Amino acid sequence: MPLKRPISVWSEVTPKRVYLNRRRFMAGAMLAAAAHRLIAGARLNVALKSPFSTSEPQTSLDVITHYNNFYEFGTDKAQPANLARDFKTSPWTVSVEGAVSKPRTFDLDMLMKLAPLEERIYRHRCVEGWSIVVPWIGFPLNALIKQVEPLSSAKFVAFQSSFDHRQMPQAQWAGIAFPYVEGLRIDEAVHPLTLLAVGLYGEALPNQDGAPIRLVVPWKYGFKSIKSIVKIRFVEQQPPTTWNLATPREYGFYSNVNPTVDHPRWSQAKERRLGEFFKRPTLMFNGYGDQVASLYAGMDLRKNY
Amino acid sequence: MREWISAKTTKVAVFLLALAPLAWLAAHPLGPNPVETITHATGDWTLRFLVLTLAVTPLRKLLGLPELIRYRRMLGLFAFFYGSLHFLTYLWLDKFFDTADILKDVYKRPFITAGFTGFVLLIPLAVTSTAGWILRLGGKRWRMLHRLVYVSALAGVVHYYWLVKSDVRGPLLYCALVVVLLLWRANSSLRSRTSR
Ligand code: HEM
Repeated sequence: MPLKRPISVWSEVTPKRVYLNRRRFMAGAMLAAAAHRLIAGARLNVALKSPFSTSEPQTSLDVITHYNNFYEFGTDKAQPANLARDFKTSPWTVSVEGAVSKPRTFDLDMLMKLAPLEERIYRHRCVEGWSIVVPWIGFPLNALIKQVEPLSSAKFVAFQSSFDHRQMPQAQWAGIAFPYVEGLRIDEAVHPLTLLAVGLYGEALPNQDGAPIRLVVPWKYGFKSIKSIVKIRFVEQQPPTTWNLATPREYGFYSNVNPTVDHPRWSQAKERRLGEFFKRPTLMFNGYGDQVASLYAGMDLRKNY
Repeated sequence: MREWISAKTTKVAVFLLALAPLAWLAAHPLGPNPVETITHATGDWTLRFLVLTLAVTPLRKLLGLPELIRYRRMLGLFAFFYGSLHFLTYLWLDKFFDTADILKDVYKRPFITAGFTGFVLLIPLAVTSTAGWILRLGGKRWRMLHRLVYVSALAGVVHYYWLVKSDVRGPLLYCALVVVLLLWRANSSLRSRTSR
């Protein structure tokens, strides 16, 4: 097993450029063995740059890996970096089921072969009013959806995170129900912006960022981008979603980034990009309106928050 | 023990200790979201000092150490001090002194309304904390006025409860502390009334 723990620890203490060089050397040596293997910190072969990427400055790896809302591993954003360290992400399977003609269970190697890996540099806006820019590595969710051939009755897609209370003892204090569940409308799920991410900054996902595979829906608040997915189910009815179950008045099913609809407890008009002193205005659909606004034509987004 | 409690050096030491959270905040890296770190630390210490202030009277009685009274004003003023830093952080680093936005927050957001109430109530208490004001108001009226600290602490707890997303351990812990301290007072004033 190449590229294990010690290397991902270097990345925390070594300046990015230095360790990247070292990593490139190591990766070169091990590429044959490690290619397309999803081990936290393993270098990934990225075939494509995406036209959907933003050119905004990227948030540092240090921030992306030490400021995580991942309540299975604690409600304090500093906790997941420590408490998810030994989370077991291999072997891993994602069961894809429900209203599809070809239900299947994918292991990670199968998932990695579905489509060439792309880098997608996306804005990520948390419902709490902060944002980051993340160079995700992944492939469109639609590549997986095509494999299972949804039936015409499939109107929604329900996602479920891994949950293991022995590996996630802090989860009992989170105040929300587990396993974490999320959902998308089918047209949102097949949208080209919707990504299944397996890495960031050129490497397999760190555990605290949702390893080994997570959803990224950049025009919605971050909690829609469910982490560590084990199940994807195609359904006819709008599926339950974790934060909506916890506090329906505060978190809706759609949860599109929308500066004109405040969260009951705070304004959504502005956000703080981590690393910046002043707040910046929040953009409708997090700046992805050109791509996604048509999905919601005619809908009252104040009601469907 | 009693002499030690009353010693000038002890009082200076407690004063310096009460500044430690501020020193800690100034000396440590503030993490990925510095404004959040400062807001949370100052909010936590406002509430902690309110609880400590409320604990002085019960502790004096329970431990038979009346000289602890020497620390009550200092602790209360530190609650006000950290509360001011907390409020200032909000006004400046969160809202950049956008008055319209702030007023909207205070009016629209229950958690801000509660925090604001808790802080505003501390202002007259801080102002009238001097010996001169005790004389001017008279002990009885001064004590009545300073019972507002109970409301302030409760408002602080409600503020905290309303602002957390789902993990209510912190708010419930402080709620329990404040409730115990207030029940102790209710009980002891009931008893002194019935024994009269
Ligand atoms: C007696 C007065 C107050 C007390 C005891 C208090 C206490 C607290 C506590 C304990 C926290 C949470 C810290 C944590 O999560 O670790 C907090 C957060 C906060 N407080 Fe206060 N506070 C008071 C007044 C105020 C006032 C006057 C304002 C603004 C008008 C305010 C605004 C905030 C904000 C914005 C947060 C952060 C909310 C978040 O992270 O979502 N507080 N406060």
